[in-house]
Amino acid sequence: MKFLQKLPEQALRILVVFVILATGMLLVRQFVIPADMKDMTLIQTATMEREADKEAKYAGAAVCVQCHEKQQEIKRGGYHRDLSCESCHDAAQKHADSPTEVKPVSPRKRDYCVYCHSYNASRPTGFPQINPDTHNPRKPCITCHNPHNPKPTQPPRSCAACHAQIERTKAASYHAQLACTVCHTTPEKHKTEPRTVTPTKPDKREFCGKCHSEGKGAKGVPTVDMATHGEKYVCWQCHYPHMLGGI
Amino acid sequence: MDRRDFLRRLCLLIASTGMTGGMSAAAWARIIHKDYDASRHYYGMGIDVDKCIGCGRCMQACKTENAVPAPPFYFRTWVERYVIKTDRSVTVSTISTEGVQPTDGIVEKDMVRSFFVPKLCNQCAHPPCVQVCPVGATFTSDDGVVLVDTKRCIGCRYCIQACPYGVRYLHPVTRVADKCNFCYHRLVRGLLPACVEVCPTQARLFGDLKSVASPLGRFVRMNKVHVLKPYLNTDPKVYYANLDGEVN
Ligand code: HEC
Ligand code: HEC
Ligand code: HEC
Ligand code: HEC
Ligand code: HEC
Ligand code: HEC
Ligand code: HEC
Ligand code: HEC
Repeated sequence: MKFLQKLPEQALRILVVFVILATGMLLVRQFVIPADMKDMTLIQTATMEREADKEAKYAGAAVCVQCHEKQQEIKRGGYHRDLSCESCHDAAQKHADSPTEVKPVSPRKRDYCVYCHSYNASRPTGFPQINPDTHNPRKPCITCHNPHNPKPTQPPRSCAACHAQIERTKAASYHAQLACTVCHTTPEKHKTEPRTVTPTKPDKREFCGKCHSEGKGAKGVPTVDMATHGEKYVCWQCHYPHMLGGI
Repeated sequence: MDRRDFLRRLCLLIASTGMTGGMSAAAWARIIHKDYDASRHYYGMGIDVDKCIGCGRCMQACKTENAVPAPPFYFRTWVERYVIKTDRSVTVSTISTEGVQPTDGIVEKDMVRSFFVPKLCNQCAHPPCVQVCPVGATFTSDDGVVLVDTKRCIGCRYCIQACPYGVRYLHPVTRVADKCNFCYHRLVRGLLPACVEVCPTQARLFGDLKSVASPLGRFVRMNKVHVLKPYLNTDPKVYYANLDGEVN
């Protein structure tokens, strides 16, 4: 208490004011501010709750099937089996909730199919790609392809249907004149079930030797000494088979 | 109000706040979301780069599902096209929601490799964005998803700066940080994130790492997987298969 008495009166007063303010604030924090503004667990739960309560716009493939067995049955065995209904019909939760009032969109025009099927060199080889400018232009795709099972009326004529990038690089290489099938024996079924039936690939040096070994080569075909050239390695370890003269 | 009355009310108030405040987050969530218990899940995503065809359906679906603004610089998820050319230069461009644009002047002859890489929030186990948030508005929930509290966020953009993957943006309408949260509202209902739902080639897979059987389990078992920027020790939960070394 001596210490307090020693303090000038102004300081003491200010001290008292501070103490009152501090207690006031503590009290406000304790009793007036609602708990869910202070407790991190509660705040976070409220956020989780808020996020969880948001409306889902895509219903999910399992829902559509409940009422549209027919489409599911058609789609199941076809090329589009991995596509979800809403990949094409857009978000359709509202339609699933009230089927007769809200109708989902159906992409009947060419531009939608082209999002996935136009040719682009970055797309993985094997994915069916077309050039929309030359592939039966102007007609809607669905006049020839059932969107739920887009089997072409005839198997693709050329390998470029699904290996366009390879076709294009090859076309600019020394082997431009060689058909794909010279090096890949391709069962016809590969064009309809590409992943189940795969073509052969050259597996021996001698394969290239048929045309390129010294003494055997036809006129105009460059030859090498098979015994020494490229040592033990297969030829395509150094010569990319679809892009000779490149790297 | 006499003194006795006042004291009684005070006691009641303390008791009631104590009760609600003391409940665990999980218990709270159970009450609100019927049978959803965050602590029983731990989500992750698998991306197979070799399967992506760059159709942009995921980007479009994400915008629709999460009301992400339309202009092409607001994304919760997006797909980058990489072209590694013979002169060793690398071009990276974000594709449009209408799929990859067919002409960009790069011809096959000049390409060494080219592919698409889908990107989204990595839901890091050690998220830098959570560390820097000055108001604790972003946090990891028990199921491993990093969420943003839109009411608490003050829009200071620290987290946008701190994210090494550039997945956050400032929402132009709400003026708070926004990013992918694996479509949290779909997860609690047992649905797939919208991007996974519409992916036509299963380049995107989703799964629960705490579940005994999930597509993600097979994905991480059968592939050599990689995460983005592993040297940052952020420990992402988006796993990439067949990822090229040029991708960062
Ligand atoms: C509760 C049952 C139900 C569910 C669930 C449902 N639909 Fe439908 N759907 C209908 C009915 C009934 C019609 C026919 C409405 C009519 O012709 O008046 C219809 C029509 C359609 C049509 C044609 C619209 C048109 O223009 O004629 C499409 C496309 C469609 N549904 C897609 C979907 C998709 C995608 C889903 C999944 C999200 C779905 N439906 C879920 C009942 C359902
Ligand atoms: C490749 C895109 C695509 C996918 C995937 C797809 N649809 Fe369709 N669907 C269409 C198009 C395009 C039409 C319009 C067909 C027409 O007008 O001839 C259509 C029409 C329909 C119709 C109207 C009736 C009919 O058969 O023409 C229904 C119902 C329908 N789809 C349901 C579904 C359901 C259910 C699924 C999922 C199992 C599904 N669709 C998947 C593109 C698709
Ligand atoms: C969201 C992407 C997507 C859309 C949109 C789409 N497809 Fe497909 N399409 C695929 C996938 C994936 C395959 C299967 C490719 C595979 O098996 O490797 C496929 C396969 C095909 C095939 C089989 C080609 C073959 O011979 O192998 C045809 C034809 C086809 N689609 C036509 C269409 C048509 C017509 C439309 C528009 C109504 C359409 N697609 C829309 C993704 C799509
Ligand atoms: C006049 C009918 C017709 C129209 C219209 C049509 N196609 Fe085709 N499509 C075919 C036939 C026939 C084949 C198989 C033979 C071939 O290779 O041309 C085919 C093959 C395909 C293939 C497999 C790859 C290939 O080149 O063989 C795809 C993918 C395809 N079409 C997509 C589309 C898309 C996308 C559209 C719309 C932009 C479309 N088609 C419009 C008749 C048509
Ligand atoms: C309908 C689309 C389609 C057509 C047409 C097609 N392919 Fe394929 N091809 C594929 C797919 C899909 C794969 C598997 C790609 C993968 O697994 O990465 C493949 C793989 C291959 C492989 C590699 C097989 C392996 O074991 O790695 C060769 C070689 C091949 N195709 C050659 C051809 C040739 C030659 C033609 C033309 C005569 C042709 N393909 C036509 C879709 C097609
Ligand atoms: C001069 C022989 C030759 C010709 C012609 C040729 N290929 Fe090949 N192809 C090969 C060899 C050799 C491999 C194996 C490459 C490897 O394993 O590194 C191969 C591999 C492939 C593969 C496997 C995937 C890849 O990129 O390695 C596909 C697909 C393929 N060829 C498709 C085609 C198509 C389509 C054509 C025609 C446009 C074609 N090939 C023409 C020799 C050839
Ligand atoms: C059917 C015969 C045939 C087969 C099989 C064949 N080639 Fe060739 N190749 C040719 C012809 C013809 C040329 C020359 C084309 C020209 O100069 O216009 C050529 C050119 C080349 C060249 C370019 C030489 C130069 O002048 O730079 C290389 C390299 C080559 N082939 C490698 C291969 C490899 C590797 C294989 C095995 C995968 C192979 N070839 C299989 C016929 C063949
Ligand atoms: C170790 C890498 C390597 C392997 C393996 C290899 N080559 Fe070569 N090849 C080369 C190089 C390098 C050249 C260019 C040599 C030069 O210009 O003198 C060449 C040149 C050629 C030429 C052009 C020769 C000319 O006169 O223009 C042909 C044809 C050829 N190789 C075919 C083959 C065949 C067939 C095989 C498989 C038996 C093969 N190569 C395996 C590296 C290789």
